[in-house]
Amino acid sequence: MNLALTIAIDGVTYASWLFIVALGLTLVFGVLKILNIAHGSFYALGAYVTATLVSLAASWALPPAMSLVAMLLAAVLVAVLVAPLTERGLLRFFYGRDEVLLVLVTYAMFLMMEDLTKLIWGANPFYVSEPYGMFGNIDIGNQTYVGYDFMLVALALVVGLGVWWGLNRTRFGKIVTAVIHSAEVASSMGIQVSRVYMLAFAVGIFLAALGGAFTAPMLSVQPGLSVGVIIISFAVVIIGGLGSIEGAAIGALIVGLARALAVHVWPVAELFSVYLVMALVLMFRPQGLFQRIQARKI
Amino acid sequence: MITTLARRALTASVLALLSHNAFAQETFKIGIVSFLSGQAAESFGIPAVNGAKVLVDAFNKGQAPAPYNKPGIGGMPIEVIYVDEAGGATKQVQELRNLYERDKVDVVVGYVGSGDCLAVAPVAEELKKFLILYDCGTPRIFEDNTFRYVFRTAAHATMDNVSMARYLKARNIPVKTFNLINQDYAWGQDSRKDFILSMTNLYPDAKAGVDQLPKFGAGQYGTEISALMSQPADLVHSSLWGGDLQAFVLQAGPRGLFKKSQVVLTAGDHVLPGLGEKMPDGTILGARGAYGLMAPPSPLNTWFWDLYSKANNVYPVQAPYRMAQALMGLKLAAEKAMAANKGKKPSTEVLAASLRGSEWMSPGGKIRMALSNGQQAIQDSAIGRTQWDATKKMVVLNDIQRFDAECVNPPLNVKSEDWLKSGFAGAKCDAKPAAAAKAADKKPAK
Repeated sequence: MNLALTIAIDGVTYASWLFIVALGLTLVFGVLKILNIAHGSFYALGAYVTATLVSLAASWALPPAMSLVAMLLAAVLVAVLVAPLTERGLLRFFYGRDEVLLVLVTYAMFLMMEDLTKLIWGANPFYVSEPYGMFGNIDIGNQTYVGYDFMLVALALVVGLGVWWGLNRTRFGKIVTAVIHSAEVASSMGIQVSRVYMLAFAVGIFLAALGGAFTAPMLSVQPGLSVGVIIISFAVVIIGGLGSIEGAAIGALIVGLARALAVHVWPVAELFSVYLVMALVLMFRPQGLFQRIQARKI
Repeated sequence: MITTLARRALTASVLALLSHNAFAQETFKIGIVSFLSGQAAESFGIPAVNGAKVLVDAFNKGQAPAPYNKPGIGGMPIEVIYVDEAGGATKQVQELRNLYERDKVDVVVGYVGSGDCLAVAPVAEELKKFLILYDCGTPRIFEDNTFRYVFRTAAHATMDNVSMARYLKARNIPVKTFNLINQDYAWGQDSRKDFILSMTNLYPDAKAGVDQLPKFGAGQYGTEISALMSQPADLVHSSLWGGDLQAFVLQAGPRGLFKKSQVVLTAGDHVLPGLGEKMPDGTILGARGAYGLMAPPSPLNTWFWDLYSKANNVYPVQAPYRMAQALMGLKLAAEKAMAANKGKKPSTEVLAASLRGSEWMSPGGKIRMALSNGQQAIQDSAIGRTQWDATKKMVVLNDIQRFDAECVNPPLNVKSEDWLKSGFAGAKCDAKPAAAAKAADKKPAK
């Protein structure tokens, strides 16, 4: 019983972090049809800007709670400053081209941003672990958990529900859905598709940066952050179905629980477990769990 | 006739001048390969390169202490090409070929990753080019192969785990059960195996429990920490390093793992300057040698410590020490070979013969090329216990104990695993408690 509970808690806390990042990836693909390899770079950027802002807040002797505001602000800054620059300055020139080309373009972006972060912040690590202890510890069974991990679960819920509400219950959401279905028709109805693309991309990047910002207190912020997260995020969105919010949530949960089960029961199969699940899903549903079968335009 | 003589004299003068210039401009070219980007850059790659830069500069200016005080290498200025180790073993093989064939380097010094070392060593050997592996830890490189032109100027990972087990025994730390968490690649797997075998020798009744092998660069260790805490053991062993180790400490500390179990980190010294007070007190750690805060006091160590600290605003940890011992060994071997060769740059064959089986003093103590026909080094090691010093605002290491190289390394022609299984047969032990290690009291320039 204790073990099952521990696996469930570990799986859900891991999944919540993964969901926030994967949600941005799936949103960008859903709207812009871009498989954004540089998504992990925006995640890393969120962590770096957080490191700067939280350190700044500490140097100004602001109350500890302000570090949470600083983390949120970091994600907003990345989304507001970097996302439009990237989308308007680079990606829009490749719209309508082969998806493989866009993968290559975002891969080049990933390489450049890795060097750019090093150029700005250097190779030395940054530590902003203070927020990690803000929520105290919680004892469950024979385990002590850090309250911050549960805060991340709540954050993932808020973010997931927020994006779902935004897409399904708002006028802008309906416009985005129209663009997802057919950018051409949406454009003929007077929708500024390029504006929708830019905003959707900014929201996707905001989510990536938010993931990085709230992960920063748990690790040392240093070069190389972007690599690991992008691979596991791809696994999540492939399991869930590219472009599906529900899919990202269920995919993250499946990956989180599969990984937790493996770590506790059969540790050597930790990495294998994630890709085994992915392979099983793809065997029976090649389009992922939640992606609807789409008509192809001829 | 006079015109002809004058022309000949002029030609001879020009040729002499040209040849003099050519000689004056001859450099000793070294390719240094280390992680300049990616996850291993911050902890190992860049500190090692920073160590190389200050050292090469001091060598070229003739400002290093004797016997390293001859400018450059035997009077030839040292020219360095730095190459990023990131990108995987296949890329490194190509980069190595480029260094030898395109850039015409005399020597390559490099490689942090055990996988990279395993990949490049046979290539250098095939090309008959001189290669020094300065950092990687897996014992397999020289135990499963025979090389003539490939050297490793640092001890392999077996030493770290034997030293740790010996330290626990020497300090009478009771261990009935131990858990493990190591990365799932050559380094982590070898470290795990070596520690289990060492514990079998010294703590025959101790049982290994939870055995975690997270992937390199995992970053998130919440689940692994839960697994370690769900079956608590007296001891938790880890060879994690770099960002992985930092993340593990940051996540495991608040969850109380360091209070529930005695945590031992075989390669942990390099995270101390960055983590500072976030490193829990009482953690037992090694540096893969007697390096940094655990280096034996000596004028050479003080010189290197000051040189590095002033240039980089942080004290040197294990990677720059290992780079320094590689370059110092190379310099002495090359100069010895040149002395026997009328001051000419030595061929690869002659240089290899000069380094093979040699000994030299480094900031971390004596290095002896004693294993694998003189291609693999052994050195003393040290283990200590962390304590945050609020006055100095740094982590200091207490209860430092150094171990003779021959106590913690296998003897000549004995494979590490066989040696461990034999119960350390032939080990010569004379543990040295460092009551007041001078280096440990040294405050970094920061």
